[in-house]
Amino acid sequence: MQPLTRKLQRELWHLKGQMFAVVAVVTCGIAVFVSMSSVKHSLEASRWNYYHRYRFADVFVQVKRAPESLSWMAARMPGVAAVATRIVTDVTIDVPGLDEPATGRLVSIPIRGEPPLNGLHIVAGRTIETDRIDEVVASKPFMEANGLKPGDRVGAVINGRRQELVIVGSALSPEYIYEVQPGSFFPDKRRFGVFWISRRALESALDMDGAFNDLSLTLTQGASEKEVITRLDLLFERYGSLGAYGRSEQLSDRFISDEIKQLGTQITLLPAIFLGVAVFLLNIVLQRLVSTQREQIAVLKAMGYAGAAIGRHYLGFALAPTLTGALFGTVSGAWLGTRLVRIYGDFYNFAELVYVVRPQELLISVLLSVVAAAAGALLALRRVMLLPPAEAMKPEAPPVFRPGMLERSGFGRRFPVPARIMLRNIERRPWKSALSVFMISLSVAILIAGRFTYDAVDRMVAVEFDAKHREDVTVVFTDPMPPSVAHSIASLDGVLEHEYYREEPARLVFGHRSRRQTLKGLPASADLQRLVDAGGRVVELPVSGLMLTRTLADLLGVKPGDRLQVQLLQGSRRTAELPVSGTIDEILGLSAYLPLDELDRLAGDGGAINAACLRIDPSREVSLYRQFKRMPGVSGITLLKALRSSFDELIAESMLTSTLILTLFACILAFAVIYNGARISLSERARELSSMRVLGFTEREISLILLGEQALFCLAALPLGFLLGIGLSALLSLALSSELYRLPLAFSPANFLFAFAVVIIVGALSGLAVWRRMVTLDLIAVLKTRE
Amino acid sequence: MNARDGSRAPLLRVEGISKVYLMGDVSVTALREVSLDFWSGELVVLLGASGSGKSTLLNIIGGLDVPSSGHLIFRELDLTTATKPAMTDFRRRSIGFVFQFYNLIASLTALENVQLVTEIADDPMPAEEALRLVGLADRMGHFPAQLSGGEQQRVAIARAVAKRPELLLCDEPTGALDYRTGKLVLEVIERVNRELGTTTLVITHNSAIAGMADRVITLRSGEVAEDRRNATKLTPSELSW
Repeated sequence: MQPLTRKLQRELWHLKGQMFAVVAVVTCGIAVFVSMSSVKHSLEASRWNYYHRYRFADVFVQVKRAPESLSWMAARMPGVAAVATRIVTDVTIDVPGLDEPATGRLVSIPIRGEPPLNGLHIVAGRTIETDRIDEVVASKPFMEANGLKPGDRVGAVINGRRQELVIVGSALSPEYIYEVQPGSFFPDKRRFGVFWISRRALESALDMDGAFNDLSLTLTQGASEKEVITRLDLLFERYGSLGAYGRSEQLSDRFISDEIKQLGTQITLLPAIFLGVAVFLLNIVLQRLVSTQREQIAVLKAMGYAGAAIGRHYLGFALAPTLTGALFGTVSGAWLGTRLVRIYGDFYNFAELVYVVRPQELLISVLLSVVAAAAGALLALRRVMLLPPAEAMKPEAPPVFRPGMLERSGFGRRFPVPARIMLRNIERRPWKSALSVFMISLSVAILIAGRFTYDAVDRMVAVEFDAKHREDVTVVFTDPMPPSVAHSIASLDGVLEHEYYREEPARLVFGHRSRRQTLKGLPASADLQRLVDAGGRVVELPVSGLMLTRTLADLLGVKPGDRLQVQLLQGSRRTAELPVSGTIDEILGLSAYLPLDELDRLAGDGGAINAACLRIDPSREVSLYRQFKRMPGVSGITLLKALRSSFDELIAESMLTSTLILTLFACILAFAVIYNGARISLSERARELSSMRVLGFTEREISLILLGEQALFCLAALPLGFLLGIGLSALLSLALSSELYRLPLAFSPANFLFAFAVVIIVGALSGLAVWRRMVTLDLIAVLKTRE
Repeated sequence: MNARDGSRAPLLRVEGISKVYLMGDVSVTALREVSLDFWSGELVVLLGASGSGKSTLLNIIGGLDVPSSGHLIFRELDLTTATKPAMTDFRRRSIGFVFQFYNLIASLTALENVQLVTEIADDPMPAEEALRLVGLADRMGHFPAQLSGGEQQRVAIARAVAKRPELLLCDEPTGALDYRTGKLVLEVIERVNRELGTTTLVITHNSAIAGMADRVITLRSGEVAEDRRNATKLTPSELSW
C-alpha cells in the first residue's frame, strides 16, 4: 500500500468523530433521495402497469339515463378506441356486525367475462356468474376492513327495495386505487365499498333496460382528449350529462397523481439541504486539516510529490465519508422505500404494488456524493495546491484580530475577558459564524417542518370536524327530494337538529375559462354546516351571489364582484349570471356556495334538497342507524365520528413514520453540525485554552469560552431556524397541497418547544463529548508545539 | 548546600523527585531523585541540554505534571498530593508562566491578555502597570498579530507577573527570538526579579544566560550535575552568545 494511502487510512480513523458526522449527514440526504425517488417510481410503475393491464379508461361521463344506442355513436367518434357503458348507483349497505349504515357503489359488469374497460383484478373468490342480483364481487379494502369473505352476505336498499347481496369474490379496480365515498376526501374502508354486480340485475332493479348512466372510453394514440370531451358533451347534453372529463379529473387518479407530484418536490428539497450541510462540514474539517498539516504538506512537496498527488490525497478525506454515506444512504433509502411503499399500499389499492429502485438512482447518489465531496474539498485543495513548500515550513501567521464593532462601540469592555475572547472569535470570522448558525438553523427548520404536518393535520381536523361540520350524520338522497321528505327524517326519534342543503352540478364559465363544479346551496343561518376558513374563522355566507373557495376563484381567474356564467347541468339546465360575492380560504377541495333559496330560484323547480345534516341523540344512535339502513332513496350516509376515526387511524400511521424519519434525520443533522463545530473550535483553540489552563483558569472557565460559543450559535440558530422552519413548512405546504386539498400553515407551541428541546439536548450532548476531550488536553504537549 | 539561610524555610522544596515516562514497553526516566530548594527572591537559571530533564522539572514545579515519586512542597503545601482543583488554584495564585512560543490569546489585545490574568488573581497589579514594567505602555491596544516576537514575549512576561506570583517560571523565553530581542526580554525578566522580588526560574540550553543568575543549576540525564552560585551577577546587556 502506498504511504499516502496508509496516511489517509490512519488519519481518517483519527478524525472518526468528524468523519462520522459527514457520513451521517450524507446518509440521511441520500436515504431521502433514494427512498423518495424509488417510491415515486414505484407508484408510477405500479399505476402504469395497473392501468395498462386492466384497461383503465381515458375519458368518463356520467348521465342521468341514455339509450344504449348512443354508445355506438360515441364509439364512432374520431379518436375513440373503445367504449364501455355501465350502470352505476350508490346505495345504503347494511353490513353484519356494523351498527352504522355503510355506503356501497354498485357498478355493473358483464357475466363471466372481463369488463371491456376498467377491468377487475379478482383477489379472492370468483367473478359473478349469474344474472341474479344476489351475486356481487366486493372491493378488497371494504371486505378486509369489515372482516368479510366470499360467501358472506350484506343487505342493500336498491331503488327502495331491500336486497340480500351474496359476495362471491373480492376484487380491485384501477378506477378505485383511492377508494373514497363521493363527496369525501378520506377513505373510510369500513363504511364505503364498491360492489360489482350483473348489468341485467341492475337494469331490472333500477328500471334501466337498454339504457346506461355511465360511459367510459379509451382514446386512440395521439387523439385529442379535449375534442372527444366536447363531442361527448354535445352528444349527452340532453341525457342529463354532468360533463365528460379525462383521467386528470377522475378522483382516484387525481389523488395518486397529486401524490406522485408531491414526491417529486420532496426528492429535490430535502436531499439538497442535507448535502449542502455535508459540503459545509467537509469544508471546515478539511480546511482545519490542511492548516494543521501545513508542515507535512511542505515536506511532501519538498520530497517531490506533485501538488496534484497531494491534492488527491486530501480529496480522499472528502470522498471517503461521502461515498460511505452514499453507500449507507442507498441501502437504508432502499429499505426505507420498501417501508414507505407498504404504507402507500394502505392508502392506495394497487393490484400489484411493485417496488422499483432504478440503477439511475444509484448512479445519481454516487454522483451527488462525489459532487458534494468535491465542493466540500474545493477551498482546502486550493490551499494545498497553492502552498509553496518553503512557506509551508513556517508556522502559520497568528490570526489577525483588529478592533471590531465591540471595541469601537466600547460595548466589549463590559464583558469579562473570557467572554470577549468568545465574542471576538465570532466577530473575527463573521461568515464562518453565520454559516455555523445557518447550518444549525437548517436542522431546526427540518424539525419544525417535520412536525408541521402534524399541526397542519390537527388544524385540518379541528376545522373540518369541529368547526365546519357540526352534524353527526349526513344523509344524501339518490335524487333531489322535496323539502317535505326531509322533514320526515327530521321527525325521527333521536334527531335533535337538522339542516338541509342542495347540490346542483353546474358549469362555471368566466371568459375563456370554465370548470365543472357542484354548486352547494346552504340555508340562511346554517349552523350545522358552517363556512370555516383554513384559519378556523367562521365566514358568513352573503345573502346573494356565489362564494367560491380561493383555489376555485384562482382557477377561474375571478375576484369578488366579477360575474360568472352558471350553467346547470341537470333538470332545467338553466343558465344565469351570478356575481361572485366573496372568496373563502378553505382547506378541502373546490367549492362554490350560494344561498339555498337562490339556488332554488336558479333551478326554477320550486325547491328541492339533496341531503340532510342531522345532529342526533347519542343514546338513540343505534336505533336511528337501523332506520337509515332501510331508508329508500338514500345513496349515501356519512357519519362524522366514523370518518374522523378512520382518518385519524390512516393518517396517524403514515405521518408517524415520515415524521419520525424526518425528526431522526434532523437530530442527526443538528448533532453533526454542532458537534463538528465544537470539535473544530477545540482543535483551533487547544493552544489558547491550554495556555489559559496553565495560567490558572479552571476547566469550567475555559469550557465556557469554547462551549459558550457553541451555545451562542445554538441560541442564535433557534429563532432563525424557527423562521426557516416556517418557510420550509410553507414550501412543503405548497408542495403537498393540490386542487383537492391544501395543508394549512399551522404551528403549535409544542412544535417549537420540541425543536428547542432537541437543539438544547443535542447541543448539550455534543458539548459533553467535546468537553471530555477538552479536559484531557495534554497541556504540556500543546504548549511545546508551535501552532 | 542549598540552604541560604538556616533560619528561613525555602519557598519551594523539591525532595527526591523522579519522573518515569512509560512509552509503550519502554520506560524512560526523565528525572532521577532530584532534590533542590528554591528561596524567595532568587533568580535561578536551570541549564541543560535537550533531554536533560529541565522541562520536565519545570512542568512538575509549575503543577502541569506530577512526579512518579518524591515530594514537591510549596511553602506548607505538598503539591504531590494536591487535587486537580488545588493544582489549578496553585497555578492561579502562585505561579507565573512564560513560554517559548508566548502563547498569547490571539483574539485579545496586549492589555486584555494581561487582564485575562488580573481578572482571576487575588491581588494583581493593574494590567497597565505590568505592561509599563515590560516597556509596552504604548502598545497596549495592539493584538498579538500586530506585535513583533519580542513584544509578544514581553506581553507574556507582563501577563505572568501581573498577578504578583511568588514564582515566575520561564521556559526557554528567548528560544524563539533573535539575539537583540532575546536580550531585551532577559532585561525585562531581570527587572521583574529585581524590582518585584519575584523568585524566578529560567530554563534554557543557552549557557551564556547563566551569567545573569544568582544561582545556576545544571541538569544532566535527569540528575543535578551542578548547583552553584554566581560570585558576580552580570546584567543581561553584558551577556553575549
